[in-house]
Amino acid sequence: MKNSENRKQKTESRRQKTEGRRQKAEGRKKSRLSLLITWILVLAGLGSAQQIGNPTTQSGVTPPRGIYAITNARIVTVSGPEISNGTVVIRDGRIEAVGSNVSVPAGARTIDARGLSVYPGMIDAGTSLGLVEVGQGASGTVDLQEVGDLNPNAKAIVAVNPHSAHIGVTRVDGVTSALSLPVGGLISGQGAFINLLGTSPAEMAVVPYAALVINYPRTSAGGGPFGGAQAETNLTEALAAANRQVEQIRKQLREAEAYGRAQDAYGKDKTLPRPAQNVVLEALVPYVRGERPVIFRADREIDMRGAIKFAEEMKLKPIILGGDDSAKIVGLLKEKNVPVILTGIWHLPIREDDFYDSLYENAAKLQQAGVRFCISTGDSGPNVRNLPFYAGMAAAFGLPKAEALKAVTLYPAQIMNLGDRLGSIEVGKMANLVVTDGDLLETRTHVRHLFIDGREVPLTSRHTELNDAFKNRK
Amino acid sequence: MMKRLFTYLLAGILIAGILPASFAQDRNAGETLIRNATVLTITRGTLANTDVHLRNGKIVGIGKSLKAAADARVIDGTGKYVMPGIVDCHSHSMLDTINEGSMSVTSMARTRDVLNPNDVDLYRELAGGVTTLNLLHGSANAIGGLNTVVKIKFGRPMEEFLFPGAMPGIKFALGENPKRSSFQPQPGQQRRYPATRMGVEEVIRDAFTRARDYQKTWAEYRAGVSRREKNLVAPRRDLQLEPLVEVLEGKRFVHAHCYRADEILMLINVANEFGFKIKTFQHTLEGYKVAKEIAQHGAGASIFADNWSYKIEAYDAIPYNAAIMTRAGVNVSINSDSDERARRLNIEAAKAVRYGDLSEEEALKTITWNPAWQLGIQDRVGSIEIGKDADVVIWNGHPLSVYSRVDTTFIDGQIFFDREQDLARRADFQKERAALEAAEPNRPPAGGASPRTPRGRRPSHDDDLGKGDMGEGDQP
Repeated sequence: MKNSENRKQKTESRRQKTEGRRQKAEGRKKSRLSLLITWILVLAGLGSAQQIGNPTTQSGVTPPRGIYAITNARIVTVSGPEISNGTVVIRDGRIEAVGSNVSVPAGARTIDARGLSVYPGMIDAGTSLGLVEVGQGASGTVDLQEVGDLNPNAKAIVAVNPHSAHIGVTRVDGVTSALSLPVGGLISGQGAFINLLGTSPAEMAVVPYAALVINYPRTSAGGGPFGGAQAETNLTEALAAANRQVEQIRKQLREAEAYGRAQDAYGKDKTLPRPAQNVVLEALVPYVRGERPVIFRADREIDMRGAIKFAEEMKLKPIILGGDDSAKIVGLLKEKNVPVILTGIWHLPIREDDFYDSLYENAAKLQQAGVRFCISTGDSGPNVRNLPFYAGMAAAFGLPKAEALKAVTLYPAQIMNLGDRLGSIEVGKMANLVVTDGDLLETRTHVRHLFIDGREVPLTSRHTELNDAFKNRK
Repeated sequence: MMKRLFTYLLAGILIAGILPASFAQDRNAGETLIRNATVLTITRGTLANTDVHLRNGKIVGIGKSLKAAADARVIDGTGKYVMPGIVDCHSHSMLDTINEGSMSVTSMARTRDVLNPNDVDLYRELAGGVTTLNLLHGSANAIGGLNTVVKIKFGRPMEEFLFPGAMPGIKFALGENPKRSSFQPQPGQQRRYPATRMGVEEVIRDAFTRARDYQKTWAEYRAGVSRREKNLVAPRRDLQLEPLVEVLEGKRFVHAHCYRADEILMLINVANEFGFKIKTFQHTLEGYKVAKEIAQHGAGASIFADNWSYKIEAYDAIPYNAAIMTRAGVNVSINSDSDERARRLNIEAAKAVRYGDLSEEEALKTITWNPAWQLGIQDRVGSIEIGKDADVVIWNGHPLSVYSRVDTTFIDGQIFFDREQDLARRADFQKERAALEAAEPNRPPAGGASPRTPRGRRPSHDDDLGKGDMGEGDQP
């Protein structure tokens, strides 16, 4: 039974390959003119690739870990009380000591932070950082979405570009870690939790395979006064269409469960027939067993309810990513203990008659109801540096300031099961720290020092370098 | 006497019944006194514990312990900030369609003809302290359509939106969009000219050459008329060239979409050759590379605070752009080009403090006085000065703080957004919605599920996220 399923899977993948070859053959038949056009496009692409390869933002050397003492600082620990004047000691990548009566160890480089504040680095758990450099006009730099609907084996960590200019630009504004996620299809792939520093994906990886991303099928009836890409259908049809897609996901997860059981059984008893290896199903096993979280992209109430029900049925460990409508289902989210990575604080309200601040105040409503949440930009890369302002906006509309700060530090760490390693200033935690001249979430604030993994990071980026290159042009 | 009073009363009741009970509007009070606020005048510094007096649509007093009529609306501004209404110099709100993309010169097309005063995003922008918009045609053409400058008088008839006395303008566009580099022709469809930046320059040069001829033809005809010559035939009116003649005569502002430094220099050269001025470069992402030349030409730059990398032409955009150009003497405004971003231009302006250390006043200027200058309305709006239009916004904290929000937005002394009124109406709106949903015709087809969400009136013009569509909207 299981073997026949595997065979089916194989036949299917062979069919896809044949299909691919057929399409390629068709491509060869194209006229010379279109070949010429293709070449022109390729050459144009090379031109842009050269522009992207600008070496100014790259460094072949990761700064070393050292012993640092940040003294005379206001320390916002996030997890504990604020220390108005204290010292943070960093050694071998960890926070070694924090407090108002901490002495500076021998050999430490001291940073006098008089008048400055120390915060934990911010974390954005809803990005695609490193997977796309330029969306339009440089398609060779786009690695967001695989072909086909079911790609559990598309792993962000494989394609995260450590030399992307986005990485440097983002970290100098105080965002030190991110979850980078593939997009599209039904099962988009696996996200990587990375530090925004390193010369290789391995150096950056905090958790290389951090979560599976399921693009929960959207119930969409389309239509509207001016139509759009989608033809108008009725809700019954829309539900049926979404259900068919959910069934596709269910089928693959069930296959992965069966695959895992077969492999386990064979591991215990080698006299059993050896089940064929299948890298796609193999990738899913830890997720269907609830060992790692599954992120469901969903914004509408009907879709979030569907995702939570589906996760329960399949015994998954769900996280909602998006959550525009989540304030409407706080009871359910709380009851099922499903956390939300809120990406829509700056989205326009969904419906014309939604209150103007309905998404600004989403975070406050989740917090008041006791739902686990964090705040994300949901941005593919270039605008992730705006993360503190998303949190600040939530605070302008009802979220207590301390909670807004947690929503971009400790909460995303906890939701990603990294609460013991990241997100606050505590002894033993990874030394991802930001030293600022003001409130971390305020737009007018400047970052003055930056530590990632206990390494002091220069505050330069493609943007500071272009600024330096042109600001004195006369 | 009694009869007349009765007539007035009756008329009053009738008018009250006919006029829509529109959003956040107070038509009763022609006079408002905001007491004891911190006033960010923009042009005359920051005034602590100061009153601002609004009457008959104008700012009539700024100072301590001002007096107002007994029936004036009095607002306690203690702990609050008053600033001029935000001017967004690049918007496509209200536009039911954005691009006439069929030709490379569409100066005959007018945004004025496609404005929708019921666009709900206008209200959301008012709630972000925005009062004036420069509604621009899209960037599909080297020479695009005509703009419209409006005050966001949401709930009022369309005619009342039009900003009286604003300089007429026209959209130009350089580089990747007018050459349609991201636009795939349909099978059988010919590629539109131009396809290169060389062609874009040529299209503009050709259009102004024709415009100059057209101008001369009319001048000769008018000279003939004034000499009372006989048998004169008036030249045929050309709606495409008329606006370009206005540009040549300094009667219409050019707002030119551009990204790269080379195309900025190109347009400056063409403008100098034909003897016209560019009022603003729009987006101007590489403006910092040629800030000196922009300043010498006398053009302003209307930019994003920090958007970059959404397309290849935006890869060299940096958030220090505002600071570098300001230091070089360019009038810089920060715009939205997005119904979403327009709601938080205060945060966008604050980025000019974060990157490049503009002063707070300079940063606030990028969303008030500077864009007002770019639209030729700086004598009416953009700062808090006696005699200027009463377009003012009360914030519950410093507007450059991310933690602040708008309490009240006035246009011409009338309230068009008020947070308290908005909150007070919510229960009623929710009741109304619930009743409508329960009504028989609105029951969902598949019982139990919520009714379907109607699509937006048009796709949100939110280009930097790649959501703008090149047919209807355009990429910035």
